[in-house]
Amino acid sequence: MTAHSVQRPHALSIENLSLEFPTYAGAIKALDGVTIKVGNAEIVGLVGESGCGKSVSTMAATRLLPEGRYKITQGSIRLFGRDPMAMDEEELQQVRGKLVSTIFQEPMNALNPTIRIGQQLVSVIRRHEALGRKAAEAVAVNILADMLIPEPARIMQAYPFELSGGMRQRVLIAMAFSCNPGLIIADEPTTALDVTVQAAILRLIQGRARRTGTSVVFISHNIAVVSQICDRLYIMYAGRIVESGPTRAVLDRPQHPYTRALLRCLPERVRPKEPLESIPGTVPNLLDPPPGCFYRPRCPEADTRCMEKPHETALPGGQAVSCWQRAGHPSLPSSEVPS
Amino acid sequence: MKAAPLLSVENLTVRFPGATNWYGRVTSQVHAVNNVDLCVLPGESLGIVGESGCGKSTLVQAVIGLVGLTSGRVLVDGHDFAGANGTLKRDLRQKMQIVFQDPQSSLDPRLPVWRLITEPLHIRGGMPTAALRARAEELAISVGLRSDQLDRLPHEFSGGQRQRIAIARALSTDPELLILDEPTSALDVSVQAQIINLLLKLQRELGLSYLFISHDVSLVRHFCDRVAVMYLGQIVETGTAEAVFDDPAHPYTRTLLASVPSLKNSLLDVDASLTGELPNNRRLPAGCYYRERCGSAVPGCELPQALLTVRKAGAEKASPHQARCHLHIPA
Repeated sequence: MTAHSVQRPHALSIENLSLEFPTYAGAIKALDGVTIKVGNAEIVGLVGESGCGKSVSTMAATRLLPEGRYKITQGSIRLFGRDPMAMDEEELQQVRGKLVSTIFQEPMNALNPTIRIGQQLVSVIRRHEALGRKAAEAVAVNILADMLIPEPARIMQAYPFELSGGMRQRVLIAMAFSCNPGLIIADEPTTALDVTVQAAILRLIQGRARRTGTSVVFISHNIAVVSQICDRLYIMYAGRIVESGPTRAVLDRPQHPYTRALLRCLPERVRPKEPLESIPGTVPNLLDPPPGCFYRPRCPEADTRCMEKPHETALPGGQAVSCWQRAGHPSLPSSEVPS
Repeated sequence: MKAAPLLSVENLTVRFPGATNWYGRVTSQVHAVNNVDLCVLPGESLGIVGESGCGKSTLVQAVIGLVGLTSGRVLVDGHDFAGANGTLKRDLRQKMQIVFQDPQSSLDPRLPVWRLITEPLHIRGGMPTAALRARAEELAISVGLRSDQLDRLPHEFSGGQRQRIAIARALSTDPELLILDEPTSALDVSVQAQIINLLLKLQRELGLSYLFISHDVSLVRHFCDRVAVMYLGQIVETGTAEAVFDDPAHPYTRTLLASVPSLKNSLLDVDASLTGELPNNRRLPAGCYYRERCGSAVPGCELPQALLTVRKAGAEKASPHQARCHLHIPA
């Protein structure tokens, strides 16, 4: 007990979580035994293709999934040691924005189009901090300036439609950081943006998080983007974590066949005009997933053992992989991805 | 020996009315495309890269006739496309087809696949239904669909398969040039790889030319023979893919390349001040369009810039490496 109180709890700890969405056609098993740990002041990346459960796991953690439309079949979630599933609406409102805040992909949908930027920022700040209007405005202008927004005082008076996409996303990041949360969930924050703007936004998120010691969960389908700012990565496939570990280790020595295929799909690693490696087949139907390893039907290394669900094997260097082919070989084979 | 260009665009300018006054007269204009020259040779791929809003899509829509030209000419096989009439126009039109970014909205949700694929032939007329269906089957198989999928509707397919349907439809009139407007940016990387492989295979088999628009620099480098970098409706640098990407001459190209996230190097080395946004295109800046964001702007940049050949040993004559910068500072 004393050991627990000395050690600070994880910012986010998702333990063996399984979650389904009941439909008339049956239950869609969106998450199956997902374990994600985000330490304090750690930037963690969540990578996978669309529909693999990246957003669902973080939305479950902030209770943003539609109430009553989903069922948690096993596992637990802890946000700074507290269970969001046990909170009532009032507590949740205290937690969201103050303890945890989310940056969504599409900034136009996340801002109210009929209210000025300044007012939206001030109302977020005043909800969580005991500040007067003037003081909250000063905080808002400061944080906008911190996000490299030129003329923050003028932007405070602007409506969302007057700003460009990159500018709107910066406003949302400012809003997310405005109450100094302990954890920020960035759900594909740069997917809708250009590379030049993306570079600026990634730098802002990383710089601010490092300065204030904020933990970040960075969700993206683009492994190259994630590799830029994350300390650790989780690779997801069809609602399961297939591989995790420190960013450089996962990229340099990918262990799971899916991770390797994902890296080989990138044009960066192939000579021009050569065919790119693609993954045959499609993602399994989560209404009726195949037995054993979900990646088995597409995996070139699959054998009979793969008919059973693989358990997670810890490897030296903090990497972990869920694959039978690696289960018997704790030593790391060298990289098979041409660099 | 240089083949005649399949498509050549000369001095193309597109402007849209931006605002009108009380009388309905246009008071300001959006300068979407400004004096663009480019050509596509038979069997080659030309990539166009640039930020969103730089005019890439408007340029190709003007080429294919979806947007009116303000001035300039588009020549297809040496014939003026905009000025053509009757059968000549129809024949020229069938030499070019376009694949859009979002297959969800570019396919009619109520038509079965075989009708979608043969829609251009149906419009052209003169083919009986049985022949159309046979052609649809042939095309579907060539893009990797199965013949038992021909009677399904678009919503039954995944994003990658829908893009295959869009490609099959574009191929139905036996075009020589395919315009690909961000064909893979709505897809996952593994599916993107399948579509890119399909396009490369079709190019080898049918000798197609591609005009490929993308904001993904690494994809363009992989896919294209030549590239043109656009900024504010203008081509700022053009040349072979290797020349432009390995030894960029224009400061904008260098910023763009440095901002591309890569597994090898860290983004955080890029200078923060350079990663800005496009200026307003209602009023074009005098002189170099990139001057305000440029880290190496000097006196002389306030003058209009021309596309100059980058003086460099071993440059190919057929497609010179040109940049719209009077400095040509080596990287």
